[in-house]
Amino acid sequence: MATFSTNDFRSGMKVMLDGDPCNIIDNEFVKPGKGQAFNRVKLRNLKSGRVLEKTFKSGETLEAADVMDTDMQYLYEDGEFWYFMEPESFDQHQADATVVADAKLWLREQDVCVVTLYNGVPLSVTPPNHVELEIVDTDPGVRGDTATGGTKPAKLTTGAVVKVPLFLDRGDVVRVDTRTGEYLSRARD
Amino acid sequence: MTAGAQSWRPGASLAALRARATLLAQLRQFFAERDCLEVDVPLLGGAFGSDLCIEPIVAAVNGVPGYLQSSPEFFLKRLLAAGSGDVYALGKAFRNHERGTRHNPEFTLLEWYRCGWDEQQLIVELEALLRKVLGPLSTLKTTYAELFSAAVGLCPHTASVEELHRRALQYGSWVATSRVAALDLLFAELVEPTLPGGLVVVCDYPACHGALAVVEESAAGYPVARRFELYCDGIELANGYRELTDSAVQRQRFEAELAERREAGQPLAPIDEPLLAALESGLPACSGVALGVDRLLMRQLGTATIDAVLPFSWPRCR
Repeated sequence: MATFSTNDFRSGMKVMLDGDPCNIIDNEFVKPGKGQAFNRVKLRNLKSGRVLEKTFKSGETLEAADVMDTDMQYLYEDGEFWYFMEPESFDQHQADATVVADAKLWLREQDVCVVTLYNGVPLSVTPPNHVELEIVDTDPGVRGDTATGGTKPAKLTTGAVVKVPLFLDRGDVVRVDTRTGEYLSRARD
Repeated sequence: MTAGAQSWRPGASLAALRARATLLAQLRQFFAERDCLEVDVPLLGGAFGSDLCIEPIVAAVNGVPGYLQSSPEFFLKRLLAAGSGDVYALGKAFRNHERGTRHNPEFTLLEWYRCGWDEQQLIVELEALLRKVLGPLSTLKTTYAELFSAAVGLCPHTASVEELHRRALQYGSWVATSRVAALDLLFAELVEPTLPGGLVVVCDYPACHGALAVVEESAAGYPVARRFELYCDGIELANGYRELTDSAVQRQRFEAELAERREAGQPLAPIDEPLLAALESGLPACSGVALGVDRLLMRQLGTATIDAVLPFSWPRCR
């Protein structure tokens, strides 16, 4: 496996740290006075999602992590696993609840997500930034109320609950930002 | 690095290049008005400082190693010993492996010497220069011990190496078991983030940080190096010494550093014998300071990276 020196660390680079794959977020070269150079590195542990800061002696190396972001189509779930398919090869991958985590709230069949593979096995799933989902449950809509700015909770097909404007009703399709869980607009159908 | 068709372009804007030209002219004018002689010293020398943390870029000159100088210090001191009087050099300096948002392996350094001055007098002139270039600035003058004790809770002069090293390990498992290494890491990690804005002049460095500075007994009873560093808005801009003039002590320090380098498997360069001979013949009592001109320009223009003030930073030179 390839190794990277602190001099080559760039944001987005995937490296192994204490046995876990990590994504480098930031790398700062520090040289105090006439002292020994070191690098202040910010990394995200791709297993736990935790961000950590660590210093490395300048020139120290880390092993590259076999981590790849791959576009895959979400197929279905069977209660235990979520299934994804690589559109080119039709290769299928299954991911359990810990891997899918909160992404499951935004997965709509046929949508293309980013599945991060570590040694060929799904490590995490990132849904599209914006998804369109149907409201399955909410208080009855207040017709014509598009101006007061009031909101109410609405449950979507995936089980996610988002705050939507009062005029929306069951059966309406809404556009949601999956990074914040916020309602964006009513989707045209 | 930007790829493709754009990569031949400079990293600095035209406005930044004009500001650089203006700054260089201002610096030269400052010294012209103050009777300090500009000298154009070589960038390539047959010897190199043995400083543990400064690595040379080596060139072959007629098959013999030549070292791109990490500062003009050794040549300037030879001129001082030859009776030049106050001198400065404004030009390029080179340090291998130094590359980041505030570092480039080739950079611009201003270094000057004042005969008969102590480091406190030189600090006053350095402040005047910075105010001329940057406008009004507050100054905090303090000591290494004061800052270090407040942020770390240990005295940098009297705490044991073991104690300092144990603390430093919390910030870098790689840190060497030496006083200098532990102090440097703790200073960078704990002290620098607490520095206030404006100018901060840090005086009286621990003796182990002496390098080419006079080391004296302080009033508190421990030795301190007559070295200072100047920070501007938390960024290190300048490093100065009341210069060591004793050639025997200087030789001892060089040899001790070379021994440490040999032990650590670091590259070795010959000791600068002409410099030691110059010290032997008599270096006038003087103080000297080196100022990073690229960082000064960064501060003046408010840029976050050195690349924005260099026409071509190293990645653009390849």
